[in-house]
Amino acid sequence: MSLSMTDITVATRHEDLARSFARRKWRALAVPAILLVYFAYVFAAFDIGGVIAQAKPDHAKVLLRDFWSYKTQVSHENRTGQTVVAIEGERRGTYPADAPPDWVHRKGETTAIDLPGGASVTYLPGTVARLEIPQFGPVTVALDGRKVTLELPQGKNLPDWISASRTRVSVDQGDWRFSMTRNRTETFRYFPGWELFFFTLDSPFHGKSVSQLVSLALWGPRVDPAMPNIQAMARDFWNNNMWHHSNVFWAMAETVLMAFLGTMGAGLIALPLAFLAAVNFTPLNALRLALRRVFDFLRGVDGLIWTVILSRAFGPGPLTGSLAILLTDTGTFGKMFSEALENIDGKQVEGIGSTGANGIQRARFGVIPQIAPVILSQLLYYLESNTRSATVIGALVGGGIGLLLTQAIITQKDWEEVSYYVILIVLTVMAMDSISGWIRRRFIKG
Amino acid sequence: MSLTDPNLTESYLAMTRRKRLYGGLILVVFVALMASGFKVADARNAGGFFDGLHRIFDFPAEIFSEAFAKWQNLPSRFIDAVPALIETLNVAAVSTVVGGIGAMGLAVLSTRGLAPWPRLIPVFRRLMDVMRALPEIVTALVLIYLLGGGPVAGMAAITLHCFGALGKLFSEVAENADLKPVEGLQSVGANWFQRIWLGVLPQVAPNWSSYALLRFEINIRASAILGFVGAGGIGYDLKTALQWGQGRYDAVVAIFALLFLTIVAVDTISDKARSRLVRGGKLKEGRL
Repeated sequence: MSLSMTDITVATRHEDLARSFARRKWRALAVPAILLVYFAYVFAAFDIGGVIAQAKPDHAKVLLRDFWSYKTQVSHENRTGQTVVAIEGERRGTYPADAPPDWVHRKGETTAIDLPGGASVTYLPGTVARLEIPQFGPVTVALDGRKVTLELPQGKNLPDWISASRTRVSVDQGDWRFSMTRNRTETFRYFPGWELFFFTLDSPFHGKSVSQLVSLALWGPRVDPAMPNIQAMARDFWNNNMWHHSNVFWAMAETVLMAFLGTMGAGLIALPLAFLAAVNFTPLNALRLALRRVFDFLRGVDGLIWTVILSRAFGPGPLTGSLAILLTDTGTFGKMFSEALENIDGKQVEGIGSTGANGIQRARFGVIPQIAPVILSQLLYYLESNTRSATVIGALVGGGIGLLLTQAIITQKDWEEVSYYVILIVLTVMAMDSISGWIRRRFIKG
Repeated sequence: MSLTDPNLTESYLAMTRRKRLYGGLILVVFVALMASGFKVADARNAGGFFDGLHRIFDFPAEIFSEAFAKWQNLPSRFIDAVPALIETLNVAAVSTVVGGIGAMGLAVLSTRGLAPWPRLIPVFRRLMDVMRALPEIVTALVLIYLLGGGPVAGMAAITLHCFGALGKLFSEVAENADLKPVEGLQSVGANWFQRIWLGVLPQVAPNWSSYALLRFEINIRASAILGFVGAGGIGYDLKTALQWGQGRYDAVVAIFALLFLTIVAVDTISDKARSRLVRGGKLKEGRL
């Protein structure tokens, strides 16, 4: 009889098991199916196909080329006959007329430009440009009245890297470009790197190699008699008027400051409030519930809304950003700290109380040591994450590196500056991350 | 005897004094940093702190009084804002799901004991660090330049950030997973994918889903903010309504309220779900 009982239980258990497996199998299939349906809906709702079709690959090309290289352009004004060599075509990056870079040779009205791969472009008098392209032959582009003419080597067809019309001829060879219109003849030569990142053309240190710079800094004669070379280098770098390193540095510092003020201010405000909102410390239960709602409200009204409201009162700037961070995080910290306070060990407080300590002393010596690690590690954690948020909020309220970044992106041409800022932000956030991680490991958990 | 050792008492007192000194010094430095930081921020701000303090409620009062005067418009304004809200929620949901799936892969690839190529662990870790450090707004603005404005740019930006942020947390969870089931599966000839799928995933699934839910809360906020810079959704509507200024403040109030209610609702639901998922084990709170 006992045997048949076991049989029955085994049989029912087997049945149960089989059913639960079948259920799991269905669930395992249903989850991907639901996700797939959802993605299909989103694909249609966001019109992802249309977005991809409208994407601008030439923008991507510009962005990538700008990211790792810069161009120096030799432009000839066809009306006035003036020839100018300028980095990125900027006035601040213009070479003096009598001292062009060594790959541009000027003699009277003729300008010869050496280009990579043995190619060369020569501007001849009378608005004629002669292009020597290896493996293709000589190409002549000339302005004939109001028309731009193109003459290819004998027996060659128009290749796809030359485009020609009545008003414009352009040649694109990847690492250099040439174009002639009625008004202007231009040659662009691309160089890897970021132009004039360390020293601008007016600095005596421009164009020196690393070893030359090191020797100048350590034992070379003073370039500027007023100060040591290394100080002059620092000054020229700091005041670089193309990259504005000092401004960028201060903007980055402003962003970190926003995060610091916001996080620490929120911590300072939230800590006493958390005592009132913790069930084991609150003097009044109604007060506790009210504070909890306040924290929820502060957290729920998102940083975006706080930013909008605060910037109406305080105007754009870092203070507004830090106050927005402060308000949101007061809610978060209030909730977290009060939960930490509710989880403390009461015995320690009792022990302190048995020595005749008053309320403040009990809090200081019985409670704070227990919650300090939690509080400190949360503060550090948020400090790091708020550095990133401060970039975003800075972009909205107009302060710090976020502002510079949005400005550079909006111009849609200074992508090398965008990448400079992005690299700086990423490095700063990573540095904050490792510093706060180090402090947490070293002083809090270890 | 050693308890009454005068040297011991003395050294203990000296240590306490030193500790107090250090504590005091840190406090002084901290207060100085806060005060000078506040002064700098105040000076660089367009409006001063004390000038603006009494005006803090002017703008809310202005918009609420207008919305109150046009209270009969509010229901329709709410309904107007709902499609944008759904877009914002969709952006957050898709980027959480895609980001979570990517983060699973990255986490496994960068966890000792599970990674198929242990030599590449540092590479994947650095990769996640960079993705985590990159603010969403940067990616979003660049993508807006490449793809044009709209939710897709915001979605891709948040997803990218999610890979790094969730990947790190997932990998921390996976590091604490018990490797015995993995070894057991290996002994019966399971391949790498089967070992992860059947041996690791069941262990980490509760914590991973809990982190993903937390991320969803964060992503809703991020998606609203990105909308403000042109990535669609309710943030974009808010921006246009604000730019319009007076006359459209009822829409502003409706958007504020809708966003607030959504965030509170999602926070509450996900809070409950998370405490059910990870009963006992306390989850590290916070923005990631």
